[in-house]
Amino acid sequence: MLLTDDQKMLQETAANFLAEEGSIAKQLRHWRDTHCEDGFGHALWKQFGELGLTGIAIPESHDGLGLGATEAALVLEEIGRNLTPSPFLTTAVVATKAIEGTAHAERWYPSILSGEAALALAVDESSRHAPEQMALEAKRQGNGFVVNGHKQFVVQAASADMIVTAARTSGSPGDSNGVTLFAVPRDVAKVENVNLTDSSKAAYVHFENVELDADAVIGEVDGGWAPLSRALNAGRVGAAAELVGVAAGSSAMTFDYLRTRKQFGKLIGEFQALQHRAAHLYGEIEIARAAVIKTAQMLDSGDERADLWVSVAKAKAADVASLAAREGVQMHGGIGMTDEHDIGLYLKREAVLGELFGEIYYHRNRVAALSGY
Amino acid sequence: MTDLDAFRADTRAWLDANCPTEMRQPVRSEADYCWGGRNWTFQSDAQKHWLGVMAARGWTVPDWPRDYGGGGLTPEQAIILKEELARIGARSPLVSFGISMLGPALLKFGTEEQKRHYLPQIARGEIRWCQGYSEPGAGSDLAGLQTKAEDKGDHWLVNGQKVWTSYADKADWIFCLTRTSAESKQGGISFLLFDMETPGVSTKPILLISGNSPFCETFFDDVKVPKDQVVGEVNRGWDVAKYLLGHEREMISGMGLGGGGSLGEKLRLNVIPTDPLLRADIAAFDVDALAFQAMSERFVAMWKAGEAHPASPSMMKYAGTELNKRRNELTMARGGSDAIQFEQEHGGHSAHDWLRSKGNSIEGGTSEIQLNIIAKHILRLPGA
Repeated sequence: MLLTDDQKMLQETAANFLAEEGSIAKQLRHWRDTHCEDGFGHALWKQFGELGLTGIAIPESHDGLGLGATEAALVLEEIGRNLTPSPFLTTAVVATKAIEGTAHAERWYPSILSGEAALALAVDESSRHAPEQMALEAKRQGNGFVVNGHKQFVVQAASADMIVTAARTSGSPGDSNGVTLFAVPRDVAKVENVNLTDSSKAAYVHFENVELDADAVIGEVDGGWAPLSRALNAGRVGAAAELVGVAAGSSAMTFDYLRTRKQFGKLIGEFQALQHRAAHLYGEIEIARAAVIKTAQMLDSGDERADLWVSVAKAKAADVASLAAREGVQMHGGIGMTDEHDIGLYLKREAVLGELFGEIYYHRNRVAALSGY
Repeated sequence: MTDLDAFRADTRAWLDANCPTEMRQPVRSEADYCWGGRNWTFQSDAQKHWLGVMAARGWTVPDWPRDYGGGGLTPEQAIILKEELARIGARSPLVSFGISMLGPALLKFGTEEQKRHYLPQIARGEIRWCQGYSEPGAGSDLAGLQTKAEDKGDHWLVNGQKVWTSYADKADWIFCLTRTSAESKQGGISFLLFDMETPGVSTKPILLISGNSPFCETFFDDVKVPKDQVVGEVNRGWDVAKYLLGHEREMISGMGLGGGGSLGEKLRLNVIPTDPLLRADIAAFDVDALAFQAMSERFVAMWKAGEAHPASPSMMKYAGTELNKRRNELTMARGGSDAIQFEQEHGGHSAHDWLRSKGNSIEGGTSEIQLNIIAKHILRLPGA
């Protein structure tokens, strides 16, 4: 459960880079206040590329860093701490995993590495995450497929060069067999961009008789569940790591406030009522981080219990980030309700990441189901 | 095959050959533990055999040095042993405050002579220790203790009273905080070791709400203690006491694990139809409990590597005990009217365990004291 020296070095590199270049003022507020359609800056994504971070999960044989979920989690915690908007999770972690080992990897890895391409993953079809209920229809037609239906909450779809789209080629909603992944160029589907609470973007993606060639298939026809699960697991533990960062960043800001804000002629951090809540929050964040690291290490070692732990990590991290953000706003008092202060931005980010790839109730239910009850 | 793989294979084979089947059954209650000591009666031949073979290998204290009765294992080997023991569901061969509390303090603060004398006895389960910390007037404010040890030239003369002494009535020796100077609160405390059979020592069990009496009042009336039975420097016993408390808190936090695994599975929610709202609460609990299990593994690794904050056992103790209380509340909710039966023989330990668990967040420093410690030493909040 300890980090290796290499992992600590990566963590330090990411921490310095994101604190400097990925700060709230330079990125999140800048792109929000200039009404950027992407919600993130392409120049920063290129800088990720220069550091090699865009290729964190790309195999060394393809010039990537060839690292695992554990290393991605270290970078994502720093992203969360700085609320840095970027395609790191969607592209470098999730989509990279989805196309791993296929012809699409050869096509996309070079432009991911350089920080030019952004990819998205389209899974959800309603306001609740339920991948096994997938209904988007991809029917065989000639040599290819014709796709009808819709996806939603497709993060950064409007900025993506390609959307990894999970569709049903056989079976019916509820089956995990019969799912196929397709590489869908953004301009062939109708993408309706939506502003989310935290100023990031997600889209509805509408398919009306969209024709795809056979070579759009990622991996095997009807065999998409395995790569989808791999991508979702990477995304879930990644989002959990980012949530731990959100909790850590928000709580650091709050604890500083307790040490400097005076009322009744005292620093408010002298009040035991606040000390105990702060101490409780500290422990919860440590616990969430431990769950994320253990889960990431299990994914990296191919542990058979990793599915269960992915849900533990996501549910716990979302729960704790929510606590940290709520306590942050409350302990800041009136200033915490203002747009001018940064603490409220953590609340918004936590809400979005909490939903991504399944919210708390989805994952608690999955923990119960995978534990046999 | 790496050295560690070879160690795992050897360990697995040895455990297969040496751990009796009876010692692979889940512990049903505290009565199944092996505490050892001068007056210990083994509950079975299997229990005796298991302690004997494990102690002979030094595996009751796997990571203590071999010179002091330990196994001399590296941290990595110790983890493998723990995993292999867990894999076959092996019971702990010996449960002991000597192992979990006094031993680590002696390893850090004891003289070479003290280590060679006391530690092997602990490792073999020959001496059962109890902890003389709390007093009627010194609970959360532990450093306010008044039990006096006067320097009488060739011995200490101890007078006073302790309370909440776990199993004092069954213990052979006590490690005891005493006041040797009135000049400073924390700087006038000394850490003494003495035999509970010394004239002037008496104990009286305290009946708890759970119906059991795991704690005693302990009285000292002109108890003579040899001068060399002090651990650390005279008047510097608070350092020893705090270090030991860290280990005690780490030990207590272990109850947050509840033996590991999923509560929903243990409560057979899949077999007996369950209220969906209760299932939801249990699933939420299982998320927290598994996350705490990860924390526990990470804490141990970090502690051994010197990467953990010195006050982090307070966080572990707080989280683990609050979790165990929740586990017991849910077990009671699941059990319904069966769970409130107060008859141990009707298969229901639920009510006893539930009532006992209320002490978890009090003993070893209350939850509120742990939160104070985190606020002061980790978060460095003002005035804490």
